[in-house]
Amino acid sequence: MSGPTDNSPLLTYVLRQGDRSLVLAQRLLENVAHAPELEEDMALGNIALDLIGQARLLYTYAGEIDGEGNDENHYAYWRDDTDFTNPLLVEQPNGDFAHLVTRQFLYDAFAAPFWAALAMSSDESLAAIAAKAVKETAYHLRHSRGWMIRLGDGTDESHQRMQAAVDQLWRFTDELFEQDAVEEGLQAGGVAPDMEALRAQWTATVDAVLAEATLTHPEDSTMRNGGRRGAHDEPFSFLIGEMQVVARAHPGASW
Amino acid sequence: MSADWPAWEVFVRARRGVNHVHAGTVHAPDAGLAIENARDLYTRRSEGVSLWVVRSSDVVSSDPDERHSMFDPAADKSYRQPTDYELPPEVAHM
Repeated sequence: MSGPTDNSPLLTYVLRQGDRSLVLAQRLLENVAHAPELEEDMALGNIALDLIGQARLLYTYAGEIDGEGNDENHYAYWRDDTDFTNPLLVEQPNGDFAHLVTRQFLYDAFAAPFWAALAMSSDESLAAIAAKAVKETAYHLRHSRGWMIRLGDGTDESHQRMQAAVDQLWRFTDELFEQDAVEEGLQAGGVAPDMEALRAQWTATVDAVLAEATLTHPEDSTMRNGGRRGAHDEPFSFLIGEMQVVARAHPGASW
Repeated sequence: MSADWPAWEVFVRARRGVNHVHAGTVHAPDAGLAIENARDLYTRRSEGVSLWVVRSSDVVSSDPDERHSMFDPAADKSYRQPTDYELPPEVAHM
């Protein structure tokens, strides 16, 4: 199986975006029927379906770039865990609802400006996929932002849980903005946005919401990364295993 | 948590120019989340372009026990129906 560095930069780049959406969706779907209310289960399920939709479009496009006849299912179900290049933030296992909301918000605050910037890409397929994601993500951010403030500035217990979640997840935020030669090459052609420019927007959103939620972020976290090169945390193998088990037990099956 | 979430009545407008119509009920801790929950439950198949939510406790109902005195007297007043009136020929396009 070819690793992420063997293929063209565009293919690698598209798979990174697809992996990030798919893995977060899988984590959200693990939580279905465990949200505090039926209505919130629906909301999180809807968000997960939006993310899966993004991944499907990106994987389908990856198959076109690859030219090997791979469809969307190939990238979701027939790559190994170390082939996935998602950032560690989105694979963090579900904890309490505060943890889930914080993971979602830290991601949404990134995804909103990211898709908006990618919608200006010189690559028309990426621009179209991103333009669809812009509307979806604006809603996701509205939802997770609302919960950050509601629970952060809520009861003593909700505040405490939210602060613990921010403290625990903060170390995974730097990786969202990681840039390497793949990215820099695509930036030169106007295909990919400059991640450092997005970081300022992310910081502004996060700082404002944390302040309104009466929360703070750690100043001295040791930032973690590695997802991009397939160095995932151990629970990730179980996520991938569960996601792929049916497809692998029944190869080629369809609805 | 659920015990604390009040009910909200949801009204959906299907398209421009028509009225908001009652669609159902959601639970939510505040008005903002009531709109979001209504969106996720009642417009996920493109059913609407606008939403209203109203706290269920703010809805005032007529008393079912008084329905006879409330509504039956209207039953024998057919002269209130426009069909009882002959249109003058000058009135076109009715």
